[in-house]
Amino acid sequence: MTILPEPAPPLAAISVRGAIKRFGPITAVDGLDLEVPEGICLGLLGPNGAGKSTTMRLLTGQAIADAGEIHVFEHVLPGDSKAARAQMGVVPQLDNLDVDVTVEDNLAIFARLYRVPSVRDAVERGLALARLTDRRRDAVNELSGGMRRRLLLARGLINKPRLLLLDEPTVGLDPQIRTELWTLIDGLRTEGTTILMSTHYIEEAERLADEVAVMARGKVIARGRPSELIAEHAGRETAEVYGPPDRLAEVRALAESEGLVVRPAGPAIAIVGCEASANGVIPDDAIRRAATLEDVFVRLTGEEAE
Amino acid sequence: MSARRLEPAVIAGVMSREAANFRTYWKGTTFSSVLEPIVYLLAFGVGVGSTLVKGVGSLSYVQFVGTGMVATAVIFSSALPAMFGTFVKERFQNTYDAILAAPVDVEELVTAEMLWIGIRAGFYGCFPLLVAMGFGLDPSFGMLLVPIFAFVTALAFAAFGIAVAASVQKIDQFNYVTTLFVTPLFLVAGTFFPIDRLPQGLRVAANFNPLYQLVELVRAAAFGFEATDLIRFAGLLAFAIVLWRIAVRRMTSRLID
Repeated sequence: MTILPEPAPPLAAISVRGAIKRFGPITAVDGLDLEVPEGICLGLLGPNGAGKSTTMRLLTGQAIADAGEIHVFEHVLPGDSKAARAQMGVVPQLDNLDVDVTVEDNLAIFARLYRVPSVRDAVERGLALARLTDRRRDAVNELSGGMRRRLLLARGLINKPRLLLLDEPTVGLDPQIRTELWTLIDGLRTEGTTILMSTHYIEEAERLADEVAVMARGKVIARGRPSELIAEHAGRETAEVYGPPDRLAEVRALAESEGLVVRPAGPAIAIVGCEASANGVIPDDAIRRAATLEDVFVRLTGEEAE
Repeated sequence: MSARRLEPAVIAGVMSREAANFRTYWKGTTFSSVLEPIVYLLAFGVGVGSTLVKGVGSLSYVQFVGTGMVATAVIFSSALPAMFGTFVKERFQNTYDAILAAPVDVEELVTAEMLWIGIRAGFYGCFPLLVAMGFGLDPSFGMLLVPIFAFVTALAFAAFGIAVAASVQKIDQFNYVTTLFVTPLFLVAGTFFPIDRLPQGLRVAANFNPLYQLVELVRAAAFGFEATDLIRFAGLLAFAIVLWRIAVRRMTSRLID
């Protein structure tokens, strides 16, 4: 009888084990474990200062971990980070396009940096993706904010990367442009590009991510599909109670005495997992709704979501 | 597979970024590179030369200043653009963040920036010589080597500027550097007055000034080489290499957390 060897597990696009990164007295990444299988979109959700951007910089070799192991595909970082970056695309949080240079030159420069076989083809593809073919000879500073963001995304995809790092891809954009970019990113996900997307927009994570990893204080504190995270950390229903501050304080105290999680929600308070409450705790005029990822986020991080 | 160090294609890619930007501002740079030596030669060469100083040794004062001003053009088109350009790209434009997210190392980035500035300053450094020809300087075959001398010296000062930019916290700290280093280097380079008439201490110090060595090389290119000029050139080359390594080290510590 021939014993067949067990098939090798599929290669992870990203594998981070026990990564620590300190900046003086501040520990930005604190024992981070993160595995991103190929072909998924993982949303890295966390409040400002959670360590998302530092994690991104660790993956591009622009920050060196003080401890831990980082692999991108078969490459061990930081030693092999240049080869790893050749298989990645990065869309930064801040617009760092060359503003005086034309749209097509911005793409051509990066096509050269990535040594793509045909710079011309890569530029045409990028222009089409960013829907800027007719603006190709315009300087970037003549473009609107949305166009610049699309160009930034096209630049990050100039080398047809296996892995795309999106660092807060829609931060500061108006809702229309945000939706436009989501459609573009969704298309990439459908094509099978592995995406690691840091965001602090709940809706963005819900809309685009196959899985969400919630980060706080430099580590992943929860991970799963959005529906799994909601079921595990926020239950089925959330009750929103509106009213004057005195009344809200009273309801809050009562709910918390029953062990329920209560969080501020704009002018209201939200009682998370309200289906588990005893009679009388949830006021009759409370608005019951399905629990959301926002409830999970606020419950786990203690921060207000955006 | 580890990527190799200093890939020419990557260096060319980074330089292509500089070239694309340069296309947007070359007119202003060229204008000042042509006009500045004309103004200096009118003021010093013609003004001082026809009133205070007739000549230096066997050279007319226009010949003396015209050849010396190559060094002035080189330091002002290498050290200053490197200082301000690097700081602005790093701190305000986040350009280096974008480049280093691509498969480019800091060493390649610094090398490309130095080469670009070196080529540019090597080219613009020759303008004073061309202007001086208009004021009566005779051309010579040796002058064909001046772009190379200017290029190597500019590499060194580009590396100096990059290292300084990677070391300061605020842009106004460049004032200390220009006042303490750049201005004295260009004034005591034998451009406007001969070094051999200075007190001995200053004369010895001037020999360590790379701009003085460049001035001597340019004058040798115009009026005849000597064996010691090879040593001068080797010294400039060594200076450029040492400053290149310092610039790479400073930029690595600045750009990689």
